[in-house]
Parts: sequence; structure tokens; C-alpha cells
Amino acid sequence: MEAGSLTDPRGSRSGLGRLPLTQLQDRALRWVLKGLAALILALIAFFFIRLYIEAQPAFAKFGVFGFTFTNNWDVSRNFYGALPLLVGTIVTAGLALAIGVPVAVGAALFVSELAPRQVRGPLTIMVELLAAVPSVVYGLWGVFVLIPKLQPIEQFLSDKLAFLPFVGGHVPGPNYFIAGLILAIMIVPIVSAITREVIATVPADHKEAALALGATRWEMIRMAVLPYSRSGITGAAMLGLGRAIGETIAVTLVIGNAPTIGKQIFDQGYTLAAVIANEFGEAANNPTHRAALIAAGLVLFVLTLVVNGLARWLVRRAERGKVAAPVADIQANAAAAGG
Amino acid sequence: MSTLVGIAPGRRRKDRLMRGVLAATTLIALVPLALILYELIKRGIGSWSADFFTTDANGNFLGDPGGIKSAILGTLEMVGLATLIAVPTGIGVALYLTEYGRAGRFGSLVRYFVDVMTGVPSIVFGLFVYITLVLSGAGGSGFAGWKGAVALALLMLPIVTRSAEVVLLLVPDSLREAALALGAPRWRVVLRIVLPTALPGLVTGSLLAIARGAGETAPLLFTAAIINGTSFDLSQRMSSLPGRIFADVGQAQDRLVDRAWGAALTLVMMILVLNLLARLVSRRSRLT
Repeated sequence: MEAGSLTDPRGSRSGLGRLPLTQLQDRALRWVLKGLAALILALIAFFFIRLYIEAQPAFAKFGVFGFTFTNNWDVSRNFYGALPLLVGTIVTAGLALAIGVPVAVGAALFVSELAPRQVRGPLTIMVELLAAVPSVVYGLWGVFVLIPKLQPIEQFLSDKLAFLPFVGGHVPGPNYFIAGLILAIMIVPIVSAITREVIATVPADHKEAALALGATRWEMIRMAVLPYSRSGITGAAMLGLGRAIGETIAVTLVIGNAPTIGKQIFDQGYTLAAVIANEFGEAANNPTHRAALIAAGLVLFVLTLVVNGLARWLVRRAERGKVAAPVADIQANAAAAGG
Repeated sequence: MSTLVGIAPGRRRKDRLMRGVLAATTLIALVPLALILYELIKRGIGSWSADFFTTDANGNFLGDPGGIKSAILGTLEMVGLATLIAVPTGIGVALYLTEYGRAGRFGSLVRYFVDVMTGVPSIVFGLFVYITLVLSGAGGSGFAGWKGAVALALLMLPIVTRSAEVVLLLVPDSLREAALALGAPRWRVVLRIVLPTALPGLVTGSLLAIARGAGETAPLLFTAAIINGTSFDLSQRMSSLPGRIFADVGQAQDRLVDRAWGAALTLVMMILVLNLLARLVSRRSRLT
């Protein structure tokens, strides 16, 4: 009975209770903060609904699937099918992952497992400074430095590697590859940072066990670090993918803004985000065009929600250590390595 | 007598090789940063002059195109207003998550959506503000600086929240328990114990969010718009540094491109200073 009155300040022993004013303040703060939290959820729902309503004219005219998967974006005929934009978004983001993720993961492994302790901090800061450069500055650099410098190299590769699929022919200055390259640079800091976080959760026991068994540093990384953090690194890569899909200004400046599906990776193209940034000004007086651009924004929004939702889930799972103990993996790898 | 068996040469070679590869990827990751900073300084410093910072873009077809005064002021004003909106809200949400909603479905739902919100493309925030505030002509005009600030605030909100939550979780529970045991009410513990303890970390997170907001172009394109001439009034169309650069790059005239490089150098310097400040403040934190 005493215990009950201790946990319940409103019980019979009023001397221990809170003053009514204090109770009120307590509750007020709690509800204000909870209200702010609820605001986030409301905002996202409101986002989605408003975008959908404003995009409705485009969906009504072309259908949701018709709009998203028709290969014809023709402003002069007022016809809008977003497939060329979707393809451009996927191609550039795919290139960004292919180039950026190995570099980012390699850098993260080097910084957290191999680099001398004194240089770890400075290296981390420098990689993260890449994230401090604004998108528009990457675009400026891309247009006036990267495109002119790389164009001859790209043309050379395009001629020599023409036997590969999606390579060959004349290389224009702005193209998918340049956009992918710039996106790769832009996603390196985030992929690297999350990978470092995930690697930090690998138990020291596992690493020490591998080293004690005579593994070299690289074998330790391959047998203890990588298997344990695999799903977290996948999540990090997907977060990078989400960033690459949504990146607007830098891509707008270097992709050539041609609403067609390019035949090769050195062709000009367009992305969902770039089309919005570029055409919104002229679309203000054309309701169908405006609705189509908002619909493109909605497709982009849903795409990033799915990618990020999945990525966060993977990273969360990895960081909480809910991944099945990778002992079996270690044994399998050790066996495969053959001593 | 037995001697230790050395590592087989093949394995040792592979180890060397892979260490080299990982070191090389780190270098590759840093090359673009060096190249960009080099070009920025080389091409940007030439346009810096007293006039550059004290005149406005005039839109003349020939001759001196004018400087970036109003772009700098516009960025400062809009980012300032966005900070006033995003920082208190974001820290509030983070306080809810750490002080009241650690367990429980609502807390984790909010946490998840804050994470998801960090991944929403900035141009989508711009579209949203365009639909809700610009189309409806809220405040008596179409495009306006404060609407750009709202778009920036939406973008900064999840960043502030995430970083604040991480810092607040570092405040030791023993501190909270000690205060509660002394009879302090919950609200006092939150506002007088938890917040001040976490303050340096909160400032760091906010500064990084501000740096991020200052560099964004996409949310401003069709909320604050991009204009020539002077603009200080948040209820009117407003210039910004990123917007200025974007407009100038699109013009492909040497004198405008020069201004773009000068503006870019200015913007990057501002952002680097914010980053530096953030790191200095975080050094003062006793939480690790």
C-alpha cells in the first residue's frame, strides 16, 4: 500500500504529490512536444495528398500508368509520358551507385580499420566536406570543368568500346555518364558515413578472433567485418541511391535536358527532378503541363520514399545488431579461404 | 623446438594488394574535393572586389553585370527565417522522442518518418510549398522570400531532429534520475537539465542543418524565385546565392559565368565557416 502511494503522487499522501500547477506544466510540455512530433506525420500525409490532388489533371488525362510508363514527353503537343525521365533517373542513379559505392565503402574500411589513428579524424572530416559543397556548385564545376576535360576521353572510350552494349557513337558534352559521375561524387560522403557507423558496430571480439587465428588484416576485414555489416552497407548504398534519385540542380546542368531515352550511356537525357526544375517556369500558365510536372514530382517522391524506407530499415536492423550472429558465415569463409 | 609458421607469401601479397586498393579508394574519394576547391579559388577570386559585394545584379545585356549584394542578403534572410522555424521545432520533436517516446509505437513511427523525410528530394519540398503557398497567393503575393524560407525549413527540420535526438540520447539517464529524485518536476528536468547539458551538440547539429539549407537551390526556384536588382523584403521575390549561380550558369556569357564563380566561392566559404564553427562548438561538449 505504501508502494502504491509512492508511485501515484495523487494518492492519499498528498505531501509527496506535485502541485497542481506543476502537473499542468508537466502535461503541457508533454503535449506540446507530442504535438510537434505528430506535426511531422501530418506534414508527410498532407504532402502526399496535396501533390496527388494537384497532379490529378495529368493522371486523369493520361492515367497513372500511362503517365509514368509512356515514352513521349512532348511539351509542344501538350503530351506527357514520363518514361524518358524515369529511365534517365534510374540510369544516372545506377551509374552513381556503380562508381560511388565501391569508393565510399573502400574509404570507410580504410578509415576505420587500416588508417593510422592520427589521420582518421582528418580523413573523416575531408570526406564529409564533400557533402558541404552545394549542388549548384557541383553543377557549375561540371559544366565548365568536368565536361570540357572529359569529353575527349569519353569520345575515345566510346569509339574503342563500341562493341559493348549501350556504348558507341558521338559523345555530346552533357550526358548520362557525366551526371552519374557527379552524382557518384555527391553520394560518397553519405554512403561512407553510414558505412563507418555500421562497421563500428562489428564486435571487437569477432575482429580479434580472426586476427588471433592468424588472419591478415584484409582477411579479418573479409571474414569478420564485411559479413557482419553486409546488410548495413546495403542500406547505406540505398540511402545513396535515394540521394542520387532526388538530386536536382547539379543534374539539371549536366545532363543535356533532352526528353528522350538515350541509346547509350554517353547520350543526353533528362531526369524527373531536372524536368521539374527546368520547365516549371514555362509551365505556370499551362495547367496540364504544370500538373504533369507535379505528377513527375509525385513519382519522384514515391520512388524516394520506397528506396529510403527500405534503406533505413536495413540500416536500423544492422545497427541494432539484430542481424543473425554471423558465426556460421565466419566458419564458411574460413573454410573457403583454405587456411 | 618449433618455429612460428609465417604467413604464406600468397596471402601476404593479397593483404598488401587489398590494403593498397582501400587506401587508393580513399584518395580517389578526396580527389574531387581538391579539384573543386582549386577551381573555385582560381576562377572565383578574380571576380571578388569591393563592387562585387556592394552592388546588385542589374540584368544589363552588356557591360558590368553587377554584384551579389542582394543575393547574399537574401540567403542570409531566408536561411535565418528557416532556422527560426526549423531549429525549435526540430529540437522539440527530438525532445519528445528521447524524453517521452523512447519506447512505444507512436515514437518509433515518428522516428521512422523523420528518417524518411531526410530522404525526400529538396525539389519536392519546393513543389509542396509552391502548391500550398504560392498558387494560393498566401500573404497577398505569389513568389516571396518567406515562402522560400518555409521550403528551406521543411528541408532542415528532419536534419535538426535527427542530430538533436542523437545528442539528447547521450545525456546520461543518471542525470535525469538524480534531478527527479530531488523532486524536480519532469518539465524542469527536460528544460533545465537535459537541454543545457546537450546544448553544444544541439548547436552543432543546427549549424550543420543551416549549412545544408544555405546551399540549396531547388526549393527556392519556384518559391522565392530568382530576380535581378535589390531585394530585402521577405514578402517579395528574393535573390539567393545558389539561385544567382544557377541563373548565371544558364546564361553562358563569360561575364555572368565569372560572377557565378565568384558567388560560388562566397557560398562555399560561408558553408565552410558554418561547418568549422559546428566542429569548434562540438569540441566544447562533454558528452561523448
